[in-house]
Amino acid sequence: MIQTNSDQLEVKVNGSIITDIPDDLFIPPDALRVILEKFEGPLDLLLYLIKKQNIDIVDIPILPITKQYVEYINMMQQLEFELASDYLVMAATLAEIKSRMLVPNEIEDEEEEDPRANLIKRLLEYQKYKDLSMKIDEVPRLNRDTFVISGILTNFKKKETMPTIKMSQLQEAFHEVLRRAEINASHNIQTEVLSVRERMSKILDAINQKETISFIDCFDFSEGKMGAIVTFLAILEMVKENLIDIIQNKDFSMIYLQTRTT
Amino acid sequence: MKSEKNLELIIESALMAAHEPLSLQDIANLFDTNKPSKNQIKKVIDDLNQSFAKHSFEVIQVATGYRIQVKKGYDEWLSKLNKQASTRYSKAFLETLVIIAYKQPVTRGDIEEIRGVAVNPQIIRNLIEFEWVKVVGHKETPGKPELLATTKKFLNYFSMKSLSELPPPEEIESI
Repeated sequence: MIQTNSDQLEVKVNGSIITDIPDDLFIPPDALRVILEKFEGPLDLLLYLIKKQNIDIVDIPILPITKQYVEYINMMQQLEFELASDYLVMAATLAEIKSRMLVPNEIEDEEEEDPRANLIKRLLEYQKYKDLSMKIDEVPRLNRDTFVISGILTNFKKKETMPTIKMSQLQEAFHEVLRRAEINASHNIQTEVLSVRERMSKILDAINQKETISFIDCFDFSEGKMGAIVTFLAILEMVKENLIDIIQNKDFSMIYLQTRTT
Repeated sequence: MKSEKNLELIIESALMAAHEPLSLQDIANLFDTNKPSKNQIKKVIDDLNQSFAKHSFEVIQVATGYRIQVKKGYDEWLSKLNKQASTRYSKAFLETLVIIAYKQPVTRGDIEEIRGVAVNPQIIRNLIEFEWVKVVGHKETPGKPELLATTKKFLNYFSMKSLSELPPPEEIESI
């Protein structure tokens, strides 16, 4: 019998718990396979090795960790695992960091980066999303935690009315948007929290459907000043990430956003 | 007074019968004449919730509008109604989903870089099929990879109004 516990890495074989991988390979290959299959990839395996030894991620002792990592890889290969190439890439990365740390740093450069820095950054980033993926599993979900009440109404069709936009509205410039938004804000009691990344997706989606979109169209006056700022930040962020281009045919003419062309 | 009573019952019936959440606009469009204002509708929804105080359900707001759902705390019993056990998503699925949700718009390459392994194409296909994720554009780098973002349907599923309601990430100070 092989049982696994999803929270901890705990494998029971015939009732006895296997927590460590012995140096010799006398444990049943099936049990080892269960342990190894639990890893989501090389970063996950590294995080496990680090956690097991209670080491701080930002100060990984690269030599022992590399040694252990390679041991795991060898075990996987001995079990004829179809080893994802990603694991081998990581082994090479670790070996490279190890060798760079062994070479004495002759040039006294203040800017000299810790050879581990990039790996640590990736581990922290992965850890962050791994934690989030566990948190989102707790968020109430339809038909597990929440249940919608809905009768059956045949031939029920929603009428869709598109909002009409006047040309004159389009030609306002950004400061005009802000000015209006400010006037609006005094009537706006509820403030909704707006996400820049959500807004980026929304604008990209709009551009994607129409190829180009006027700058003014991106703004929703009813959102007030905060909404305008979030939209503006989203546009700047997309330009920075090379997702869109901002174009204007001549001075003071309309500004358009379009997908980036090379 | 009579017309107000009607308004409340009409809105209640619409929320009961609809399959999808109804926006304030959807509700206003139910009326050909005397369209109620958005504030009126909001007030009616508040009133409905007060009258539901002794009941097991309530009106809640999600990304695309309002819907009636069972109040919290009945899952213990209601889960028995579902013939098949509720889906458990794999770690890979959840990790891919949160990266898209928190870091959108992202390419598959971005996801691979964070997770350190190749993206399972079936996971992306499922996410798109669920309409939780959609392609919002292409990045102008070689290969023109697709940019992925979450949809309002994703927010509806998790009973959220906007992405800002996602659990906040723990602050990790990087060096």
